[in-house]
Amino acid sequence: MREIGYAAILVAFVLAVAGAVIAAVVTRRTGKPSPLARSITYAIAGLLSVSTLAMIIALVTNDFSVSYVAMVGSRATPVDIKIISLWSALEGSILFWGWVLSIYSAAVVYTQRRREDAAVGYATATLLGVSTFFLLLLAHPANPFALVNPVPPDGPGPNPLLQNHYLMAVHPPLLYLGYVGMTVPFAFAIGALASGKLDNDWSRSTRRWTVAAWTFLSAAIVAGMWWSYEVLGWGGYWAWDPVENASFMPWLTATAFIHSTMVEERRGMLKAWNVSLIVATFLLTLLGTFLTRSGVITSVHAFAEGPIGMYFLGFIAVALVFSLALLAGRAEALKTEARIDAIASRETTFLFNNLLLTVFTFTVLLGTLFPLVAEAVRGVKVSVGAPFFNRMTVPIIVALIFLMGVGPALPWRKAAPGELRRKTLAPMIAMVLAAIATLFFTRAPYVVLGYAFVAFALVTNVQEFVLGTRARMRALGENVAAALGRLMLANPRRYGGYLAHIGVLAMAFGVIGSSVYLTEREWTIRRGQSVAIGQYGLRYAETWGQEEPHRFVVGADLVVSKAGLMLDTLRPKMNFYTTQQQPIPTPAVRSTLKEDLYLTLMAFERDGSTVTVKAIIEPTVAWVWIGGLLVMLGGFFGLLAPTGSKRPRGPVPPRQAVAATPASYREPAYQREEEGAIP
Amino acid sequence: MKRTRGLVLAGVCVVLGAFAYLLWGGIDGNIVYFLTPSELMAKGAESYDAPVRVGGMVQAGSVNWDKDKLELRFNVTDGQTVIPVYSKGAPPQMFQAGIGVVLEGKYQRSGVFHSNTLMVKHSNEYKPPAHGEKPADLYKNLPRGGQS
Repeated sequence: MREIGYAAILVAFVLAVAGAVIAAVVTRRTGKPSPLARSITYAIAGLLSVSTLAMIIALVTNDFSVSYVAMVGSRATPVDIKIISLWSALEGSILFWGWVLSIYSAAVVYTQRRREDAAVGYATATLLGVSTFFLLLLAHPANPFALVNPVPPDGPGPNPLLQNHYLMAVHPPLLYLGYVGMTVPFAFAIGALASGKLDNDWSRSTRRWTVAAWTFLSAAIVAGMWWSYEVLGWGGYWAWDPVENASFMPWLTATAFIHSTMVEERRGMLKAWNVSLIVATFLLTLLGTFLTRSGVITSVHAFAEGPIGMYFLGFIAVALVFSLALLAGRAEALKTEARIDAIASRETTFLFNNLLLTVFTFTVLLGTLFPLVAEAVRGVKVSVGAPFFNRMTVPIIVALIFLMGVGPALPWRKAAPGELRRKTLAPMIAMVLAAIATLFFTRAPYVVLGYAFVAFALVTNVQEFVLGTRARMRALGENVAAALGRLMLANPRRYGGYLAHIGVLAMAFGVIGSSVYLTEREWTIRRGQSVAIGQYGLRYAETWGQEEPHRFVVGADLVVSKAGLMLDTLRPKMNFYTTQQQPIPTPAVRSTLKEDLYLTLMAFERDGSTVTVKAIIEPTVAWVWIGGLLVMLGGFFGLLAPTGSKRPRGPVPPRQAVAATPASYREPAYQREEEGAIP
Repeated sequence: MKRTRGLVLAGVCVVLGAFAYLLWGGIDGNIVYFLTPSELMAKGAESYDAPVRVGGMVQAGSVNWDKDKLELRFNVTDGQTVIPVYSKGAPPQMFQAGIGVVLEGKYQRSGVFHSNTLMVKHSNEYKPPAHGEKPADLYKNLPRGGQS
């Protein structure tokens, strides 16, 4: 297995170098994509699949002569966890990354195989160039298939933190699908720059890829938050940890891109900006990997590793210089085709959305890098913690939520007189009601504003569904379900977007409640004794131990009651892995839509006479996960939108001058009814 | 047209200005210095009441854990300076005399460091347990299995 796996990597590396050169040269000579480079892309996907499969077989069969297996494998580990050990340490995760990239590249090249323009050729060269970098890492500094001699009898097993919860089987693959997926729009942006074909074709033909990558990244971030909540035992889900920031920054720029690319499609504006955003997104995925994999920043779950950091830094520098040079060379062609006509227009809200998201990204980047810079320049060790990030980002988040309530209500170009007022009436009422309701509990300005804007934006976004459905019912005589279904399917991108908005709002609602109104208590409880938190009573019944093949578990049974009625028995646990001294807590959570009761076992007496337990009541935290699910659904629903040549047909709304609509993307008929015909 | 662009530009300036204002106060007031006990003492009067991270060893024989009041007292040292520490809540399982800790909190005028976060320093790489105690000893007196 070792030889097969490594040989496949070496062959793939040589092919990637050759393929990148061939793709670039052939495209330059003939102005068309190279069929040979396309075949090479498929071959690399095949080879890396072989290599990944070889690694999985080596992990499952305990082949400790393979260095990566010797590092993360162990005989006692269950088979399913052996398989997911593929991404539990550095070398394996780079292999997984390379494999995902090769599959993405092959799929992209396949879907674009009929297109004959130079941009596709250069995009293929870019994809192969990025593959070359990852294959170089696999061939030398992060080789997972190195020979171990003598062969050890057993290994330590994967990091217990990662094998403690099933979400660890979900979070990393999603993250890689998201991270790596951002390479696709980047490659096409580079393709567009290199070929000089700078209409918005590149962003349109990769729209699905971008939205898919964004959706995976969103899902990965939420899964990571959930994992943190379920495993780490502190009741939180976001700590502004460098690893979290690393996944969040590209998400912010990708979100900005998904919005601003619509402005380019509709109005031909912001071309250079869009290219810059997608380049930034790609670079931030690399930077994130550099920060978390190089050991420059110690983080809760960073793998401390040495030399690979310099490779990443070098690659970031090359990609940055290369992209900037191409951008500078095309500055003339990237000029905007139109200007903003009115303040009350959707493009204005998108402009501010982009401004805020960029400032947001910059803030997170600053806070993440500041300790590095301070240590390098002033020689002091500092940490920038949650207070900095909260102070800086809460106002930005509040403003973004507000914009989410304005944007969907506004049409492109210019709002007709009275239109803004009519569409924001219901949201305004909701906002005022929410503000008044909140004022009964608190005077904290951000909390009041937060709840008020969430209500405002929620009604705006829901209203879009309601108005559209009503217009169809009236005009076409459909029933509610048919009208709603057809409305959404007629413009999946738009309604997927609103669905994602609603998801983000649900998350915001959950975050405000769970961070502001959290109650926390800690006690040492004797057997049979009861304690109280909020309306809950907790009685400690007993502590027990249980042996499992790869670990043993100590758990405490606590009987939960409310107003004298017994509700449930919660069993917070501590898992002791034989490979690590520090036990991994497994909190027990009783989750409802209103609030979660979260118990962590902090300490226990060996005879079970007492336990020390921490209890947290976290209101509305379940909405964070529900919101995350809605964001994901919205993102995937948006994928149903037609791409490329198939553009939605329909008459041009009377307001919209044909000549001024360069992208010739037209509003479908129902939208005209919805926006124009309702009094 | 002109007026619209002017308004948009003004809006952009307001956002960036607000951001700069926040940043101005934000970075300085919210960074936390990482110091050894000696470095903290060397700051004199400046050391009081400012959030700081202190890294050192738990001094042997200094640990006093009141499990009913959930109060933990011990001394942290870098070999030269000793600082008494007070912390509320159960420490991590691995906490013991002689282990490295990172404390986040404030040094009080009473001469005691009030820690609100206590982290035990252990390497990212996990190793088999040290000799001596078998992990299974931890639970040998407990009843086997839960009802689940």
